[in-house]
Amino acid sequence: MAVVETRKLTKIFRRGNVGAVIDVDLETREGEFLVLLGPSGSGKTTLLRLIAGLEDPTSGEVLIGGKVVNDLTPRERRIAMVFQSYALYPHLSVYNNIVFPLKAQGVAKQQRRERAEWAASLLGIQHLFGRKPRELSGGERQRVALARAIVREPTVFLLDEPLSNLDAKLRASAREELEQFQKRIGTTAIYVTHDQVEAMAMGDRVVVMSQGSVRQIGTPADVYDEPADTFVATFLGSPPMNILPGGGMLVGFRPEHFLPTGRTERTGAHVSYQFRITHSEYLGAERILYGIIEGGPFDKQKAISRMPSTHAIAIADDTHHTFSVAEDDVKYFDPANGKRVKARRLPS
Amino acid sequence: MFMPAILYIVALVGVPFVMAFIYSVSDIKVGSTSYHFVGLQNFTSIFRNPAFLRSLENSFFFTIVSQILVLVGSTILALALKDAFPGRRFLRFLILLPWVAPVSIGSIGWKWILDSLYSVVNWVLVRMHLFKPFDAPVWLGEPKLAMTSVILVHTWHMLPFATVILLAGLTAIPKDIPEAAAVDGAGFFRTLFQITIPMMLPIINVAVLFGVIFTFTDMTVIYILTRGGPYDTTQVIPTLAFFAGILGSDLAEGAAISIFMVPVLVVATWLVLRSAYRAEVT
Repeated sequence: MAVVETRKLTKIFRRGNVGAVIDVDLETREGEFLVLLGPSGSGKTTLLRLIAGLEDPTSGEVLIGGKVVNDLTPRERRIAMVFQSYALYPHLSVYNNIVFPLKAQGVAKQQRRERAEWAASLLGIQHLFGRKPRELSGGERQRVALARAIVREPTVFLLDEPLSNLDAKLRASAREELEQFQKRIGTTAIYVTHDQVEAMAMGDRVVVMSQGSVRQIGTPADVYDEPADTFVATFLGSPPMNILPGGGMLVGFRPEHFLPTGRTERTGAHVSYQFRITHSEYLGAERILYGIIEGGPFDKQKAISRMPSTHAIAIADDTHHTFSVAEDDVKYFDPANGKRVKARRLPS
Repeated sequence: MFMPAILYIVALVGVPFVMAFIYSVSDIKVGSTSYHFVGLQNFTSIFRNPAFLRSLENSFFFTIVSQILVLVGSTILALALKDAFPGRRFLRFLILLPWVAPVSIGSIGWKWILDSLYSVVNWVLVRMHLFKPFDAPVWLGEPKLAMTSVILVHTWHMLPFATVILLAGLTAIPKDIPEAAAVDGAGFFRTLFQITIPMMLPIINVAVLFGVIFTFTDMTVIYILTRGGPYDTTQVIPTLAFFAGILGSDLAEGAAISIFMVPVLVVATWLVLRSAYRAEVT
């Protein structure tokens, strides 16, 4: 039985389609870390709020623990949510923030204390009990929000970009910590982010959303290596996949697979192109080469190559080189709707 | 640059304020040509005047009760007007009307509504067979009813102002907070009393303190509706000072009576400034 399930879930806003959710079918697995990934306005936060009961769906169903919960208030759904802003109660101490859900549940005072101690010890914040939220750092606030979420052992955890308010350095460690924490408590989590690195690093499965619809659901490797359409192909990966029209279809290959002839790691058939470098970026571990393919079916089209710095090849701007891509690394998409199509022969 | 403002405050607030103190220890009357210092004689005389003691008590009763009503009413109104619904703008406009309309005009309207002969309220009550004709309540003529009436009319007048202040405080609470409370399992009343109201407390303080200042010094509603009657049962310090000092020509006594508003206003002002300062700091 799925912990959370949505069936044809739709939310249309009167003010326009930004953040709308259209016909979303989703099913979480017990204990998994499911990431909703998409650009801003793609409806991922709306979807999370629909599951939480903070928005009413236009149509479709939300199921928690196998029961339709459309008509239940957030409090009756027994879920926990961590907001992007953390939404700590500013006038309450950390301790009172953490026990607030327990008080609402009518848990006895002694038990509240024990549970708060337990939640705080998992996150190492017992020493902050007496402080007010405004006296905490960003990382501490995030932990208090997490403690408040786990304290009543919810069936599912909803997290809305909880790392986006942290600075870059803290974010990496908080990400790892959050991931470990979820594995340890084993509660199903649904996590919203627009950061593909977060999604890839943390998700057991990733749900890629765009304009309110789910484009693809799969493991991080699935969505990266076998994108279902051009949106997923270009949204994941930095720089994005090269998508070139030619031979009546769209041909896609990742910049890291487009390398000087003889430098790719695949053994099978390769296709080579003349590549004129227009400019390059040196990023330490790798070089990003921007250029134009000359001749062949993709004549005059822009492409990007991402070359590890260990390939010590001198490549100056405005020089011509022969670059290759293995046929096994090439994906094909239908130019009409951008959907992935079965492998065909690469036009040459 | 500040000169016009300073001049204005000195001329219209500072000078009359100092003159009130000077007059209160004199025997000055309207039309007096000389000034004689009489010490605290005016104060000892007003303390022997039962009307004064009554007014002092009434002033506090009038202020406290009307402010409690304003506070409860404006909290309910602010909560009701917070979320969007069709016609909200129009309703907000209607609710603001009593505040924008001159209080004297509003009070005259109420005087007619509560009139002993032409009262529409009584007309309705009689038609509903709750009272017999000629036996309906005399709203402004019976001591308890008169106090109730002036308090209700004043509350009606003050409500919009407090509502607007509380609405500002309410909309300043991030949307996430009540949502987090809802997810955390808090119902309407728990969210209201443990989250919303505590978070609005600084702004509620400001609304109450302004309300206290406006109410304690106001004489319009009472002057128009009851003139302090019947038998001084609705007399408050400002009306009494006006009757004694201006209508009764005894400027010295009027000044001495009005001096009694100073301690309350000083405390209220100090509290306003303190909460404004705190709001600035945090």
